[in-house]
Amino acid sequence: MTAVTESAETGSAPASERPVGYGRLKRKEDPRFVRGKGHYVDDVQLPGMLHGAVLRSPLAHARIVSIDTSAAESHPKVRAVITGAALEGLGLAWMPTLSMDTQAVLATDKVRFQGQEVAFVVAEDHYAARDALELIDVEYEPLPPVINARHALDADAPVIRDDLEGRTDNHIFDWEAGDKAATDEVFARADVVVTQEMLYPRVHPAPLETCGCVADMDPVDGKLTLWETTQAPHAHRTLYAMVAGLPEQKIRVISPDIGGGFGNKVGIYPGYVCAVVGSILTKKPVKWVEDRSENLMSTSFARDYHMRGEIAATREGKILGVRVKVLADHGAFNGTAQPTKYPAGFFHIFTGSYDIEAAHCQVTGVYTNKAPGGVAYACSFRVTEAVYLVERLVDCLADELGQDPAELRMRNLLRPEQFPYENKTGWEYDSGDYPATLRKALDLAGYDTLRREQAERRARGELMGIGLSFFTETVGAGPRKHMDILGLGMADGCELRVHPTGKAVVRLSVQSQGQGHETTFAQIVAEELGIPPEDIEVVHGDTDQTPFGLGTYGSRSTPVSGAAAAVVARKVRDKARIIAGAMLEVTPEDLEWEKGRWFVKGDPGTARTIQEIALAAHGALELPEGVEGHLEATTVYNPPNLTFPYGAYLCVVDVDPGTGEVKVRRFVAVDDCGTRINPMIIEGQVHGGLADGVGMALMEIISFDEDGNCLSGSFMDYLVPTALETPAWELGNTVTPSPHHPIGAKGVGESATVGSPAAVVNAVMDAIGVRHADMPLTPGRVWQAMHGGVEPPQ
Amino acid sequence: MQVTINVNGEDRTAEVEARHLLVRFLRDDLGLTGTHWGCDTSNCGTCVVLFDGEPVKSCTVLAAMAAGHEVRTVESLETGDGLDPVQQGFIEQHGLQCGFCTPGMMMSARALLDRNPDPSEQEIREAISGQLCRCTGYLNIVRAVQWAARHPAGTANETETETAGSTP
Repeated sequence: MTAVTESAETGSAPASERPVGYGRLKRKEDPRFVRGKGHYVDDVQLPGMLHGAVLRSPLAHARIVSIDTSAAESHPKVRAVITGAALEGLGLAWMPTLSMDTQAVLATDKVRFQGQEVAFVVAEDHYAARDALELIDVEYEPLPPVINARHALDADAPVIRDDLEGRTDNHIFDWEAGDKAATDEVFARADVVVTQEMLYPRVHPAPLETCGCVADMDPVDGKLTLWETTQAPHAHRTLYAMVAGLPEQKIRVISPDIGGGFGNKVGIYPGYVCAVVGSILTKKPVKWVEDRSENLMSTSFARDYHMRGEIAATREGKILGVRVKVLADHGAFNGTAQPTKYPAGFFHIFTGSYDIEAAHCQVTGVYTNKAPGGVAYACSFRVTEAVYLVERLVDCLADELGQDPAELRMRNLLRPEQFPYENKTGWEYDSGDYPATLRKALDLAGYDTLRREQAERRARGELMGIGLSFFTETVGAGPRKHMDILGLGMADGCELRVHPTGKAVVRLSVQSQGQGHETTFAQIVAEELGIPPEDIEVVHGDTDQTPFGLGTYGSRSTPVSGAAAAVVARKVRDKARIIAGAMLEVTPEDLEWEKGRWFVKGDPGTARTIQEIALAAHGALELPEGVEGHLEATTVYNPPNLTFPYGAYLCVVDVDPGTGEVKVRRFVAVDDCGTRINPMIIEGQVHGGLADGVGMALMEIISFDEDGNCLSGSFMDYLVPTALETPAWELGNTVTPSPHHPIGAKGVGESATVGSPAAVVNAVMDAIGVRHADMPLTPGRVWQAMHGGVEPPQ
Repeated sequence: MQVTINVNGEDRTAEVEARHLLVRFLRDDLGLTGTHWGCDTSNCGTCVVLFDGEPVKSCTVLAAMAAGHEVRTVESLETGDGLDPVQQGFIEQHGLQCGFCTPGMMMSARALLDRNPDPSEQEIREAISGQLCRCTGYLNIVRAVQWAARHPAGTANETETETAGSTP
């Protein structure tokens, strides 16, 4: 398993030598998008369609005394007003969350966060629906809110979830991983222990397309068609069947073009349920699309982890152990979307990329009067928090020891011969050559030159910083034995059919929010079958047309569904071999495969192409006993393990000593995601994630005042990076295929989001000579950090 | 009230409320859904169209204010001669992923190139700085506009080896 550079890849090989599948293929999706012909949920227009709008709570915590909807109901354009009381009659006032908690669809007893759904209006147009919200009169009895998670478990804290029987506090779960005794022993004998409190603030994925749906219940045949901004159409269909009692075959979820997801579109939101109820009540299609404030204030946030990290080492700089305590703010309902057995996601990977002796972490989840969510924003199920923690700790240790952070990392990285490697929380990293990747990043950046430049600038009073991070990701959930969401195993189906003329259609369970599945999956099948990618149609995002699977999040499309596509193509290839044998009147074992054709061993001129075989499979050829006609196959791929992409990132910043403003001057990212199917798309994924990381490190936070008012409810207040805050990314790569994945691919969608925040923060701390300051490193916060210290943000 | 707006070279008339936004007029009344909507506060720029040749955010223009003016949307970029170089540039340089910000970005790029056919990287970044993209990290959008500037006729040159590559 050696790391090789891209020059050895298919992408740069001459066309004649290149396999038909992989390489820098232009995207099949783009011709429609550049013409404005994408088809997003809000583009759906149906005859007689009505429009829904949600009335939301202005208070973070209050008892509902009364709701008067009479004025709204008498609005001439209003067709229905739905309240929690009405939903109670249908058994739909509450719904299960993806973490086995319950969440109010429309509030019945109390409101528990500002922005919570209270009533739903269905009207003839968008404007009338909004007007009618103003006519609903809700009387609230304000209650003291719990905003600071650190006070959620105080003895006198108000109980948020008094709807749950017997509930007397705001505690959700305790979870731990690793070996506490062994870790304590390592810390007891360590020369050096560095402790650091850090907050990974609440942030929001904020895809440019907000969440929404069009619900169309056909009153005659009882079939519900639901166009939905969902990253997991099949899981949604099953959950609607389970929760609402609708027969599953009568539910069709269509996830058309999606304007970005980043985890924001995994869960089921009350607005979707209300639109379905609205369609049932009015017998008309109902569209509901939230506005930006609703998106930022009520849908899946990310992070909000209060972490206390400790790292133990020898005086020489050998890292011995990591110990962590986390207080996790889950908001008013435990709505994190993650595998059932993993309440802290895959935070286990806080041991990072290092060869350590022991590790232990303990996570406590609590309710607060804030919006529910927690796993979103391309975090790979809390890997982002884990990587940020350990990579900040390593820099704190370097500071304590007076060592260079690059050297310290190099000294402690896992070595290639240690793979497959079981980390100290029990996860088996599949493959890697970490030192080669770090070395490549340092070379690309010109690390030694940068350090010299930094010294010169410092002598002139300039604040230049260099920050590193080395991350190991864990993506591609299942295996389903260990991983499910509400009992649905995390394995994914795939169907492939080769038509008589040798063109093919492949049907996926996963769904794209911009990742380019129509291109990448065609390339995977093309590589296996020798059919050109342009001859392969990819069907996805429609539960009536695709096999079951758990969807696209946690970077799982390529590791799971990509594997399924390769496996199903190999099944077709095997069947083609039998048919080719019949065509050539030889036994299949006498045939050998070569890019799109089976030929007779030792006689390469005697062959049948996959296209010839496809026609014969549908024709009059007499097939061997037991072989069915046609050329198609299905599969369900249950991954044997997670995959572990990794990378080394380096960020260079300049900080204005007068204002604290941070300018990201350079960002070098070397990623290893195993086999690279379409390097152009991979680089695009990395670019986007790096921008996310810069945004989180420097700008983004969902903050609240002490009354629970959300202070980040628009793009005026929730700042995300523009073209001016982001540099020209400099990328490199190494390739260490996953040994257990059919084509060695590991997934890459979230790598850069996971790996980059720590590099930016490390660079800023390096620039200003401060050990730690919490994100976001806005000019004001940096200036405070430089002048006596800065408090964690609220 | 009745408004008539010249949209993509054609006079379009509709009965609208005074508060009706231009973005909704384009999308809901004319069915031109290539112009997107993303924030209502003039921050995201997915709704950018050309208003008498200048890029504006159509979520903060009332349809009534556009009466008698010329509006160009993404649907007008492609002509009988093929794709606009900007459209081709976005394909060539992987300047889009989910496609949601793309129409607005392309309209701003078109307006930039109309007044400055050879913009610097910084000028391109400034031209799109009022718009958000959550997928691309902007670099390939910048490259897409640079590609369009280099190819005013719009056709991809087969002999070029340029890609959305990232070699520093």
